[in-house]
Amino acid sequence: MLAPVNKIIDTSVVDGPGNRTAVFFQGCNFNCKYCHNPETLHMCTACGKCVEKCPVGALSLTQGKVVWNPAICKNCDTCIKVCSHQASPKISWMTVEALADRVIRNIPFIRGVTCSGGECTLQSEFIVHFFRRMKENDLNCLLDSNGSVISFEEEQSLMDVTDGVMLDIKAFDPEKHLALTGQKNELVLRNALYLASIGKLTEIRTVIAQNEIDNAKTVYEITKLLSPYLATTDIHYRIIAFRPFGVRKQFLELGTPSQKEMHSMEAIARSNGFDHITLT
Amino acid sequence: MKAQKNIEASRAEVLEILKNPKNTHEQTMMALATLAENLLPYPDGTPEDFYSLYDKGIICDLDEGHAPYTARYILPDYDKLMKNGCKFLKLDLPKDLFEALNTLLIFYRHVPSITHFPVYMGNIDYLLEPFIQDTEEAKKMIRGFLIHCDRTFGSSFCHMNLGPKASRAGWIVLELESELKNSVPNMTLIYDPKITPDDFAELAIETALASANPAFAYKPAYDVDFKGRPFGIASCYNGLPIGGGAFTLSRLRLNKLANNSTSVSDFFDDTLPHAVRTLCQFMEEKTRFIVEETPFFSTHFLVNEGFIRQDNFVGLFGMAGLCECVNQLMKLQGKTERYGKDEEANQLGVKVMDALKEHVESFESKYSPDWDHHFMLHAQVGAAGDEGTSPGARIAIGEELPLYDHLRQAGLYHKYFPTGVGDIFPFDTTYSKNPAAILDVFKGAFKVGIRYISTYSSDSELVRVTGYLVKKSDIQAYAEGKQVINETVRGSYNAKEYDGTLRRKVRSI
Repeated sequence: MLAPVNKIIDTSVVDGPGNRTAVFFQGCNFNCKYCHNPETLHMCTACGKCVEKCPVGALSLTQGKVVWNPAICKNCDTCIKVCSHQASPKISWMTVEALADRVIRNIPFIRGVTCSGGECTLQSEFIVHFFRRMKENDLNCLLDSNGSVISFEEEQSLMDVTDGVMLDIKAFDPEKHLALTGQKNELVLRNALYLASIGKLTEIRTVIAQNEIDNAKTVYEITKLLSPYLATTDIHYRIIAFRPFGVRKQFLELGTPSQKEMHSMEAIARSNGFDHITLT
Repeated sequence: MKAQKNIEASRAEVLEILKNPKNTHEQTMMALATLAENLLPYPDGTPEDFYSLYDKGIICDLDEGHAPYTARYILPDYDKLMKNGCKFLKLDLPKDLFEALNTLLIFYRHVPSITHFPVYMGNIDYLLEPFIQDTEEAKKMIRGFLIHCDRTFGSSFCHMNLGPKASRAGWIVLELESELKNSVPNMTLIYDPKITPDDFAELAIETALASANPAFAYKPAYDVDFKGRPFGIASCYNGLPIGGGAFTLSRLRLNKLANNSTSVSDFFDDTLPHAVRTLCQFMEEKTRFIVEETPFFSTHFLVNEGFIRQDNFVGLFGMAGLCECVNQLMKLQGKTERYGKDEEANQLGVKVMDALKEHVESFESKYSPDWDHHFMLHAQVGAAGDEGTSPGARIAIGEELPLYDHLRQAGLYHKYFPTGVGDIFPFDTTYSKNPAAILDVFKGAFKVGIRYISTYSSDSELVRVTGYLVKKSDIQAYAEGKQVINETVRGSYNAKEYDGTLRRKVRSI
């Protein structure tokens, strides 16, 4: 079994509690306007455009595939800039064993591993096997997910090895969600409720951008929906200010919110009983 | 070797000290004291070979002084002070926090050392905890106490300890440190994962990111070396017995020794054992001078009242430049592998340390019966003349490895140094939002052999230079010709140690 891995960060302090290794899988079913790393959205089509443009010749077209040579790559990201498919030629197709070995090397410095993306649950079967290997090594296993690919309730083999899910709540209103991400959010909200009910909703996160989403409504509704579970489970709310870095040009009209607006979001969440909140 | 000076040359030096506009009054007095001491020759019995090794830069006595009149590092038993008071200083036992702090401040003033300041100020949280009643009031008083220490004890080598248990006093001290950002005192949390709660350790890391204090000492490792007896961290990062301390510290620059060896076997069979023997004999003579010729151990109130015992003192055998030593030994074999990144070089480093340890342990001192009449190894961090010599067993700045590899490499060597070793890892400001992540890294580090580790944030006004703290603004002021209270700033600036610190690899995501 192979999975496309875009990147591995050995020491991550922003992908869950404590020090973790974060694995970023390639491919996403959303197409969020504010996506910071749109090169993780799709798989390479082998069009060869990046091969021509690579200034150091680190890419080649071999047997209908773009092959990346990390030994000479200077990470200038020209390939990513010229790609018209929101893909990256710099990914590795890894086996469960290879990925597990890579992460296990970081023991004893990490307390866990986080699968992110792209959308990691597109690789849910791979992750079940990967997390089993992680559990054998006493690592805490988290998913960073948009919650729209699988119903977690129906994937018990995955939930057996998953300690928690960090879930994106991009918009509460279904139409706004559709406009922002290209997908509806009915499954996302169902997953949020299910995960909260079993104590595995580690974190929810919402990006606050101007001119687009009804931010206040999203923050209010999601915290109200989840508030009954706060008595039995700690749900961290990470409220993220939109920043233009990495965002595609056509979506740069989204504006960064003021500090005041961020604090008003925090106040809304607090009014519904959330007290573990981070503004970033 | 510094030749005996004639009286005219000495007078000129006195004048130079008196006229130096960058010295505070206290610094002038201390410089005069050092000058006077060094008019004397080294102790009788100093081996002839000492001088040639000194001239080659192989032996460095850290300008400790030719005729020391007190033990270098003293770790008084402060519990005794809190229990019995002190007759000589006419101090009754303290009954409340105000009296406890006042007692300590008075006592500190009378604890001598190589720096003339107290290099060990006790396990401050344990000492104060019994007196904490109203938290706010306690915070106000301890705040004044810490400010007093910073403005009065002008040396970054004054060292307070905390932990391993969490306490109200410990929380207060850490919270104040974040706020005050003082360079004095140095601080270490004595850390034991089985005793120290995570929230207290995380607060300590948050504090370190704000103020470069405290560092972490892994208690289980020190407990083995100090046979379960009480120990403290003094000066830079020196583990030493409480109720005792260190007579003297000198060191070998292993790199210079390798440069003066013709082959690897010459190094192991001849130059290394010879240099170790010579330095041990020199240290023994210095110890003899302190114990038998000066009145320190026969008259000082610390001894008379049982705050320290002569038998509980050790000699610190220091070393520096393992990194460059190994690189040179590889070169002598026609190899290019380097200390740090290459396993073969690192294993050669282990072999050098094994040999050094064996030679040092084979020397029997007349003194230190509590420690089996042996000197203890110390990874020494730096002094003037150290250009091209990395501190202790550290990888050279500029050749740092990725974080986990670096910790594993350093973990190979910490076990050799009961009396002091440490690695420093500045972290990017992103980490300040997740101190638990740094605690995870520290916990892992202790599992791979690290026993002492410290951090600060890349944007911190305070930086840990080699083992001590300085303020960037103090360095700046001194560079501009102004006086600064903390006399370590002068040493740090002149030894150019600070420059390297700014090039240290910052750990970021």
